[in-house]
Amino acid sequence: MDYEKLGLKMGLEIHQQLNSEHKLFCPCKTELVDDNFDELVQRKLRPTQSELGEIDRAALQESLRGLNFKYENFEKHTCLVENDDEPPHSLNEEALDICITIACLMNMHIVDEFHTMRKQVIDGSNTGGFQRTGMVATDGYLDTPYGKVIIESLGLEEDAARRVETKDGFTEFRLDRLGIPLAEITTDPSMHHPDQVREVAYMLGQILRSTNVKRGLGTIRQDLNISIAEGARVEIKGVQDLDLMAEIVNREVQRQLELIDIKNKLQDRNAEVLDEIHTLDELFEDTESKILKSAETIKAVVLKGFDGLIGREVQPGRRFGTEIASYAKKRGVSGIFHSDELPAYGITQEEVDKVTEFLNIGEEDAFIIVAHDEDIAVSALEEVKRRAALGLEGVVEETRKALDDGNTEYMRPLPTANRMYLETDIPLFKITSERIRPIASNLPELPDVKQARIIEQYSLSEDLATQLVKRQEADMFEAILADVDVDATPVASLLAYDLREIKREGHDINILTLDHFKGIFTLLADGKIAKDSVRKLAIETIKTPDEDIADIAEKSNLTMMSEDDVAKIIADIVANNEGMVKERQMGAMGPLMGMCMKQLKGKADGGMVNKIVREEIQKLI
Amino acid sequence: MTYKENARKYIENYDLSIGDTVKINKEDISYTGILLDRPEDADDGYLVIKLSSGYNIGVAIENTTAELIEKGDKPKIGYDEEEIPHDPSKQDISIVSTGGTVSSVIDYRTGAVHPKFTASDLVKANPELLDYANYNVKALYNILSENMKPEYWVKAAEEIANDINDSADGVVIAHGTDTMHYTSAALSFMLKTPVPIIITGAQRSSDRPSSDANINLIDSVIAAKSDIAEVCVCMHGSLNDRFTYLHKGTKVRKMHTSRRDTFRSINAQPIAKIENKKVNINPDYSYTKRGANKLALNTDIEEKVGFIKSFPGISEEYIEYHIDKGYKGLVIEGTGLGHVPDNLIGSFKRAQDENIPVIMTSQCLYGRVNMNVYSTGREILDAGVISGLDMTPETTYVKLCWALGQSDEYSEVKEIMQRNIAGEFSEKSSIRDFLN
Repeated sequence: MDYEKLGLKMGLEIHQQLNSEHKLFCPCKTELVDDNFDELVQRKLRPTQSELGEIDRAALQESLRGLNFKYENFEKHTCLVENDDEPPHSLNEEALDICITIACLMNMHIVDEFHTMRKQVIDGSNTGGFQRTGMVATDGYLDTPYGKVIIESLGLEEDAARRVETKDGFTEFRLDRLGIPLAEITTDPSMHHPDQVREVAYMLGQILRSTNVKRGLGTIRQDLNISIAEGARVEIKGVQDLDLMAEIVNREVQRQLELIDIKNKLQDRNAEVLDEIHTLDELFEDTESKILKSAETIKAVVLKGFDGLIGREVQPGRRFGTEIASYAKKRGVSGIFHSDELPAYGITQEEVDKVTEFLNIGEEDAFIIVAHDEDIAVSALEEVKRRAALGLEGVVEETRKALDDGNTEYMRPLPTANRMYLETDIPLFKITSERIRPIASNLPELPDVKQARIIEQYSLSEDLATQLVKRQEADMFEAILADVDVDATPVASLLAYDLREIKREGHDINILTLDHFKGIFTLLADGKIAKDSVRKLAIETIKTPDEDIADIAEKSNLTMMSEDDVAKIIADIVANNEGMVKERQMGAMGPLMGMCMKQLKGKADGGMVNKIVREEIQKLI
Repeated sequence: MTYKENARKYIENYDLSIGDTVKINKEDISYTGILLDRPEDADDGYLVIKLSSGYNIGVAIENTTAELIEKGDKPKIGYDEEEIPHDPSKQDISIVSTGGTVSSVIDYRTGAVHPKFTASDLVKANPELLDYANYNVKALYNILSENMKPEYWVKAAEEIANDINDSADGVVIAHGTDTMHYTSAALSFMLKTPVPIIITGAQRSSDRPSSDANINLIDSVIAAKSDIAEVCVCMHGSLNDRFTYLHKGTKVRKMHTSRRDTFRSINAQPIAKIENKKVNINPDYSYTKRGANKLALNTDIEEKVGFIKSFPGISEEYIEYHIDKGYKGLVIEGTGLGHVPDNLIGSFKRAQDENIPVIMTSQCLYGRVNMNVYSTGREILDAGVISGLDMTPETTYVKLCWALGQSDEYSEVKEIMQRNIAGEFSEKSSIRDFLN
């Protein structure tokens, strides 16, 4: 694809959970809970009105759905603040300081005063009906291999409650995640190539990980803003896998191109969405279709000039009809039937013909059927009409969800910028230069800088240094070497590679502390254990973490033998093979080494064994 | 404009107004956005700018310059008044606001929240109200509930009486929650009512989607249409948005600083539970039925009444001060069964000598005052102190204000205090009436 010609523009929005001890506006811990809840509270939300009675577009959309929620409260892990039964406490300054660190690392301008805002969100994920959020810094940049990327803004906000399930008209949320501080980083939409987006997302992730943020699944969420010249801005939520980024971009570009083509065809045909909603109950009285038979009513709308276009693929496996259906689904139906796919689903050609005649469907026309309860069917068809009509305008601005295969699915309209107002329960917070200075002069090292320094300082291979930094083991590596005078390479390879394998074998590597590592490598430095034994000793230490490392090594038979003992064993082995030595002279070196190492592995240094074997052979020849 | 001193001068110097789009230039960055007003308690060295993203930030004005980008329109707040349809088949409910915000409008351009209180606003914010009744809506005054004064109780009672005379079938009063139980007690003593008088409010302000205002308001309207012709408080019955309780105006108290279910009946059970728009009356409760009473208004009240909480080490000066300052009556919040340290007893005697009734209540809140059990109690009784029985201290205070409005005579006031006027005390203490 010629991205430049298409006018492809992309921006990133990254949400990263911060690893502060407490939540943003209450003293609860920032940890998720898997226990059973202690209290379940039922709530409703109503969209509030803005001036002139205008309710925000996205808020209105949500309000049309049932707004009944249940919230799982935990006596130990949540408090009245999350349940919206106590005003928020003061701003968590630890979280703010983490954001100031991030802002400095991205060359941003920190605001003079932080104002907490309420952003209306009435999907239930915030008990108050709004998310608390504020602007920490603006106008930064990042140097990337593809040029400079502008970081527009850095926000500090509350994470939302976790959705558990939707049933019986209620959506249930768990309050453990609500209020965990999130940094929201927004780039400008100036990226033009999918690889660049991937690279920038990676770099941002690396910067964030050099600060005190949460690690692991679900702690970072990437959203992608994307548009092409003739298309429209679409926000794709929840891109988990960076490697999927390019595929998502390609498929979204494809979708927008298809929708533009559909628009052109519709305009050529003077297509039109007819307003009337028809009832087809009589036509389907004797239908064999299970879905239709079980529905309270069957209704349809006519789309003039849409024939063949509803079935048109816009992304692999997704049709224009899928786009229309995803709007209808927001009104509670499980799907729609459109004329491009019929007969199917138990609906016969004969029935299709009857509908075609009844609705007076012309050559180029199409129809869409919905079967459900009266209210829901009508409401779903209103959405069908709305989305179909938007097809005449091309690409629709919307928020979409990233699917695992690289496709995307409609979630809701794009939020308008104006749904924010001041959170009056929280005082304005001045960010003074006295606050910023100590943070700015003590910034964490960025991953690439750290990597270069480690290679230089410890004479490590680039591969080991890269892995140490990538796996966030560099700090541990340096802490060990600060106290133990030992060769850096075995330390690095334990941390960078062996630990991962040990974990894979089912051992809990989190048990190992700095003191454990120092103990292990002190033994190595003192020649008490062999290099080869480090990995084994680490495993044994995990099993009995409270014991003295030297004792563990001893018990596990990992301690090296004295040179005299080693010499005795080797002398015995050589003596037992005198014939071979006599016959092959120095050529016996290889086989003898093998025999000795088999017996002495982990108990004697290979170099020493080599030296003694050589001496013993020379004694005989 | 609430900007002060430096910020104010700065704004005037650049000839800027609130609502203008402005650009503030700092040494290495500039911010463009709408100039907003600033909360009154904040610093005069900062301007508030609303960025195009919707975020507000504070910009320190030191070493900055400003330019006007575009003059702002005067924000137009509220909607056009609309005629509310009148349905003769429905009851007429009068809604009186004393402050607090039953409906609010958010001006997203500036982020300001404007309390609104016309019938049209109320119906726009709560369109389902039209399903239940016709409305006559008025804002009586607009004060914070903590600034409530006895004189406002009088005004409210008069207004309600007028509405009832104008054939209202029920009255709903919107009130801040802090002193709601004082007002409910006051209206209980001042009004004999043939129709329900329901006081309600919200613990979460109505500018938020999670506000309890809508449910409390709808249920209050339903209560106002019911058969219960009493002064009641109608508020959330639990943390859920599922039901509200109707509490007797003299037996209710705010018991939590922030929860939705803060109002509790004290030494009593709620009169009714309202769930799914239905009033379920407590079967054990004998209430005054619609039309049983004729409307009567008695707003005579004495405002100079003291309210003193006893504590370990309290000095008699507290009592002496009130007597010296000419207080006409005192309510004491004693400990336990109704006690104070014995150094206060001499001052109580002086009060009695000067014809100042002193009423004893308990800071336990739950249970009944009984000063016969311990010797200190008996001495307090001997000093002429009158028992507040199982009334809440707040209801006792309001009742004493009203009783002193009726008479200056110690003995008559004592008689009124011990006569049940509006269900403010009960003879029997039920096993159920504790911490619920």
